[in-house]
Amino acid sequence: MSLFTFAKTEFHNLFSRPVTEQYPQKPKQFKERTRGHIENNIDLCILCGMCARKCPSNAITVNRAERTWEIRPFSCVQCGSCVENCPKKCLSMCQSYTRPGPEQTARLLRKPQPAAKPQPAAKPKFSAAPAPVGKSAS
Amino acid sequence: MSTRSVVPFGPHHPVLPEPIHLDLVLEDEKVVDVIPSIGFIHRGLEKLVEKRDFRDFVYVAERMCGICSFMHGMSYCEAVEHIMGVELPPRAKYLRTIWCELSRLHSHLLWLGLLADAFGFESLFMQCWRLREKILDMFEASTGGRLIFSVNKIGGQRRDMDNAMLHGFVEKLGGLEEDLKGITSTFLANSAVNSRLKGVGYMTKKMAQEYGVAGPFMRASGIARDTRKLGYDAYGDLNFEPITSTEGDCYARTQVRVRELFQSIDLIRQAVAKIPEGPVAVPIRGFPKGEYMVRVEQPRGEAIYYVKANGTKFLDRFRVRTPTFANVPAMIELMKGCRLSEIPMLILTIDPCVSCIER
Ligand code: SF4
Ligand code: SF4
Repeated sequence: MSLFTFAKTEFHNLFSRPVTEQYPQKPKQFKERTRGHIENNIDLCILCGMCARKCPSNAITVNRAERTWEIRPFSCVQCGSCVENCPKKCLSMCQSYTRPGPEQTARLLRKPQPAAKPQPAAKPKFSAAPAPVGKSAS
Repeated sequence: MSTRSVVPFGPHHPVLPEPIHLDLVLEDEKVVDVIPSIGFIHRGLEKLVEKRDFRDFVYVAERMCGICSFMHGMSYCEAVEHIMGVELPPRAKYLRTIWCELSRLHSHLLWLGLLADAFGFESLFMQCWRLREKILDMFEASTGGRLIFSVNKIGGQRRDMDNAMLHGFVEKLGGLEEDLKGITSTFLANSAVNSRLKGVGYMTKKMAQEYGVAGPFMRASGIARDTRKLGYDAYGDLNFEPITSTEGDCYARTQVRVRELFQSIDLIRQAVAKIPEGPVAVPIRGFPKGEYMVRVEQPRGEAIYYVKANGTKFLDRFRVRTPTFANVPAMIELMKGCRLSEIPMLILTIDPCVSCIER
């Protein structure tokens, strides 16, 4: 009885295609909802720091003084909390996974200095995520 | 009298990918005493609740363990929802039930594979995991994650599954059911497999009660207790009976889990047939204040979640009693008197989840 089961499985295995995907030759097909990695459209970002505060693994650093937004993709756990809480909706969850690499690199995005308005330069003190700005933005 | 020797088992051992350490005191082949030590992967996740906004903590809660992740997140949300007096929309309850049962399918299939691997049946292991992969694909299509879903939030679900997706899943599960019948008959009817399982680690009903064990480990000893019968989420509307066996050995535990696979498929069918339309989340306002205890049936048994909130955005206390934690003392007791070669079977048939024990 059970021998017959194995024979059936054996024949099936001999004459069917592999179940596994032939990964490097055949690129991976992601599902529509796959949570792969985070991208930021830095032109829309207002550097409010909401994403950094809401991130459970502290993968994002926002530096208002330097006007930079930095993500450490190897710390990110793809939860989507930052995307959900971003007031400007400039973050997006992309389908492809973070590429493996020899070291845990960070990705730094720099927002260009504003052309016309000179006054934000007069705010020296806080470097990370001051709360009032987040409030005014939402 | 023969001399005693101590054989260390774990923390890294081929039968179990997770770290638990046992010192097995042997007299020849026979195990006379077992000294467990745990704590290799304690991460302090319960303490983290004091530092994370209660709405964001659900991401932490579901990362306690990769297998029951959905239920960890869900139960945490349910505890907080109870404290805040939030009534979930019916569709959200059904969605939670469907994802719970899919999680149970994937967990039991994973376990069957590991069991096959432990008694050295590699191809059976691969077949089980091949089928499990289909469930993981469903997870990825419906939630975006293969193991960690991140679809729970306080007040409902982040994602909906439309009817086309749900019916597609039911159809796929129909095919899966056929494949499962073939594979599980090998577990239950093959004489070589049975010789490794039958009569090993026999636990009486009385002992199960005394040690307070949980889940299929308990039901295999003849106690018909299933927390799903409390009717949380949509379980109250579904028709099912706890699956039990009276034999109490490793074979009975396998049998209970195998039958639960089919029960889960049936429950998903029922839930998809009954799922109402409507919103999947309600907005929440304010902060929780009070305490609540939630009991749910995880694939490994009854889990208890305790949440205490103080009216701020940080909670005071979050405590989880996981089923494996309840099952370990009985497992240790069962090991005494058995042979060394039976130890892997015994460890596996409680379906241990060490990440859950240590959090
Ligand atoms: S929350 Fe959005 S707008 Fe604010 S800093 Fe992050 S990416 Fe920029
Ligand atoms: S997806 Fe989650 S872990 Fe990743 S950066 Fe956003 S909030 Fe942090």
